[in-house]
Amino acid sequence: MSVRHALLALLSEGPKYGLQLQKEFEARTGEVWPLNVGQVYTTLQRLERDGFVESDENGEGPQNSFHITTAGEGELDQWLHTPPDLSSPPRDELVIKVLVALRVPDIDVFEVIQSHRRYLVQLMQQWTRLKEDESDLDISFALVVDAELYRLDSVIRWLDTAEGRLKRASLEPPKPAQLPLPKMRRNIGVRP
Amino acid sequence: MSYLEMRYVTKEYGEGSNEVRALSDINLSVDEGSLVAVMGASGSGKSTLLTIAGSLEEPTSGDVLVGGVALSKMSRNDKARMRRRSVGFVFQDYNLLAGLSAVENVSLPLELDGIPAKKARVAGMNALEELGLADRASRYPDQLSGGERQRVSIARAVVGERRLLLADEPSGALDSANGEAVMRLVLAACRRGVAAVVVTHDAQLASWADRVIFLRDGHIVDQTIPPSGPESLLQSTPHQ
Repeated sequence: MSVRHALLALLSEGPKYGLQLQKEFEARTGEVWPLNVGQVYTTLQRLERDGFVESDENGEGPQNSFHITTAGEGELDQWLHTPPDLSSPPRDELVIKVLVALRVPDIDVFEVIQSHRRYLVQLMQQWTRLKEDESDLDISFALVVDAELYRLDSVIRWLDTAEGRLKRASLEPPKPAQLPLPKMRRNIGVRP
Repeated sequence: MSYLEMRYVTKEYGEGSNEVRALSDINLSVDEGSLVAVMGASGSGKSTLLTIAGSLEEPTSGDVLVGGVALSKMSRNDKARMRRRSVGFVFQDYNLLAGLSAVENVSLPLELDGIPAKKARVAGMNALEELGLADRASRYPDQLSGGERQRVSIARAVVGERRLLLADEPSGALDSANGEAVMRLVLAACRRGVAAVVVTHDAQLASWADRVIFLRDGHIVDQTIPPSGPESLLQSTPHQ
């Protein structure tokens, strides 16, 4: 979550005080991401240094309001339209654990998969409870909850697929020794 | 109090070398007012578990109790009556009768149970109203959207005094918004005291349940522990 760009987005609506920015940030993110006021001021100072915001010259400390500059508007627009880097697979701890479990003697990889699946479903149950009462569901919060549910769901789907693949593989006769990885696979970068 | 209980239920199909064990020693208890989801891959025994719970099939061994009464002690007629009165089924493909309107579909099980048509219709309308479908009552299934058809089938499943709702992939053919609406209705029925079992491979659906049972190769291999309050999710999350 980029606090820097979230603050620029809030300032694009008009000049605001630091405390006001903190409260609005939390409200807009469904109060899922708390933000301390010190972090707001540190970020504002950096944005000011980079020429993306300017402070009101008359105020001081909490009385100091900020407004976005033309350069700040450009930066915000560019950030909104730039896709996050998803081109290479992340270094996923869960994937690594399942891969490692395959190699460790006396470890049942299916049990490893199931323990992660159970944990993820329990987490999803907690998130789903948050949207059970539709009447007081704030739209920003609903979007955050949906995003989290889809993220967790995709991990469970991967576990389901992995389980199916491993089950099929265990029924097949062993294959001859593996050839070196094709160059294309070796060249895929892995994000840290 | 437990409304559905399965005790050491085993189901085998075929004989000798062709024998396939679909369920092994299933022990499951579903309380009144509780929603249980059963998750598992295709062929894990989920649907078999549901059909045995609803007395559509008999177990090879073990006992099923519905409302405290063992199905093995019931005659065929008693079981059919119990299904009409106490059990509601929801299927992925809705199973609505094409020649009947929505309200006729919903009130049909009551009429089959000997309730006068007028009274059954009133109960059918009430069930549709509760699900926000009163204005669709006179429409036929082919005049309804997929989401509406499934809501009608849920109304049919909970009409009258039904206390057990058994659903097999109830939102399998629906988009995510309609799938969520279906689960909200199932949960609302549970909050009114219905015991429900939803069989699904979809974690988003299962996450509406109070408890999730995991089935693999006919065995219950795991289940969720009751989740702690959602407040713990809202603790500080790091920013970049």
